[in-house]
Amino acid sequence: MPNRPPADIAPSEITPRALFNRRREFLQLSTGIALSGIIPAAEAKLGPGKPSPYSTTETPTPLKHITGYNNFYEFGSDKEDPAQYAHTLRTRPWSVSIEGLVKRPKTLGIEDILRLAPLEERIYRLRCVEGWSMVIPWLGFPLSSLLKQVEPLGNAKYVEFITAVQEDTMPGIKSRVLDWPYTEGLRLDEAMHPLSIMAVGLYGEVLPNQNGAPLRLVVPWKYGFKSGKSIVRIRFTELEPRTTWMNAAPREYGFYSNVNPEVDHPRWSQGSERRIGEFLKRKTLMFNGYADQVAQLYSGMDLRKKF
Amino acid sequence: MNPAWLKPPVFIASLLPLAWYLWGVQADTLGANPIEAVTRGLGTWALNFLLITLTITPLRKYSGWAWLVRLRRMLGLFAFFYVVLHLTTYLWLDQFFDWMAIAKDILKRPFITVGMTAFFLLLPLALTSNNAALRKLGGRRWQKLHRSVYVIAMLAVLHYFWMVKADATKPLIYAVLLFMLLGVRILWRIQERRRQQAGSYSPKPPQRVIPLTVKR
Ligand code: HEM
Repeated sequence: MPNRPPADIAPSEITPRALFNRRREFLQLSTGIALSGIIPAAEAKLGPGKPSPYSTTETPTPLKHITGYNNFYEFGSDKEDPAQYAHTLRTRPWSVSIEGLVKRPKTLGIEDILRLAPLEERIYRLRCVEGWSMVIPWLGFPLSSLLKQVEPLGNAKYVEFITAVQEDTMPGIKSRVLDWPYTEGLRLDEAMHPLSIMAVGLYGEVLPNQNGAPLRLVVPWKYGFKSGKSIVRIRFTELEPRTTWMNAAPREYGFYSNVNPEVDHPRWSQGSERRIGEFLKRKTLMFNGYADQVAQLYSGMDLRKKF
Repeated sequence: MNPAWLKPPVFIASLLPLAWYLWGVQADTLGANPIEAVTRGLGTWALNFLLITLTITPLRKYSGWAWLVRLRRMLGLFAFFYVVLHLTTYLWLDQFFDWMAIAKDILKRPFITVGMTAFFLLLPLALTSNNAALRKLGGRRWQKLHRSVYVIAMLAVLHYFWMVKADATKPLIYAVLLFMLLGVRILWRIQERRRQQAGSYSPKPPQRVIPLTVKR
């Protein structure tokens, strides 16, 4: 059962006032830009988003940290690299091809994707495998509403997410630290779970490039690397896809990669985490605190083996 | 050249990395995760000072600047100083002195195991970095003990290698530098042996020790 906040809670109580004001400024600003024809009008409409019962009431991490401390290896392996280099990423035109074991494969333009479903604000915890965490107010829509566009076939059991490679804008591609394109995957039921979203915005604004513009996956009960950025292809498969990190270090990264304080990583113990902006560490929660919603997906599985 | 006047500026310069991080914490210029930045920065400078210390002897040999060796002890102690600070940030800011968790970490996380080994090997070197210990041990034994710095430096680079997630560029750069610093010493050995075998070698006195404490 989702932890539903009381229904009468006003969005303004969830969102800090300064943020609310900033959004209004942004809307004014972006309308101006849209009118002047610099960016497509669709972008101006990214609004505050409908509040969601899935949102946490924890205080969101400041925007400068969410946009200044990223793992996006296509732009370099230091956490400051994406903020420095990702501004060159071309996010228009953009399309996502949905293919594999589906009745009607489709290629959808980003403008159409943005109209698929009303945008919601989902304030989620994000836990990185490296032992830090943030609280991020995403703007997005359920992944299921995208996947339903193509009618998966009966034998489709997994969904593979393939992300963009732009050699000329991504300095990290040449370094070959990982196999490109960066690929991730989910089991179909995980992908269809209402917590899984496609994010297109952050703090009510268009998703910054370093956070995976123009659209990225967000699966809040798994370590951050499962949530692929700048997605271009989605493939339904019968067999478990091999992900980039599984190829890079099979002993360290499993397919599931659910946040699990009991299963340690050889480099980082997973029992605790540092919330960005906090001094003391917090205990890491099973499934990143989303156990009520997702634990039943894994009933009967040995999560030590299926890590 | 008299290094006496050189020591204070080198001492001050060696404190600059620490000052940089202290200032960074104060001014909030270390990014989203300042504790990580400080831990890593201090680790990096510990390794830098290890390698700088290992550069002294080759530099002295090739440049002829005999006075360089008089800076070596101080630089080596700065390596230890930064290792201690690095370890302290880990024990305090990362683990908050949770000794059970620390013990588990040392056993379970290979890069911590290696880092800790390097630290324990460094301890006797720091403790014997004074004239009294040198006199007590005798030059030869002292030198033998301090050769373990080669192993320590290798462990430190391994520690770095095992810490990084995917991009090993930086540890690789350190590995190459260390390889050169150790390689040149192996080369000297081989040359020395050749000279010995060729018979053109006039044996040095058995108590050959680099004159660390001799005052001019
Ligand atoms: C000779 C001793 C040591 C040296 C030269 C050394 C050096 C380093 C270096 C160069 C790094 C990587 C910095 C970077 O990523 O830029 C590092 C990281 C690290 N070291 Fe050490 N280290 C030593 C001993 C230790 C010890 C004894 C511990 C703790 C038991 C330790 C704990 C760590 C941790 C936790 C990190 C990673 C920090 C993070 O992931 O954010 N090190 N060290």
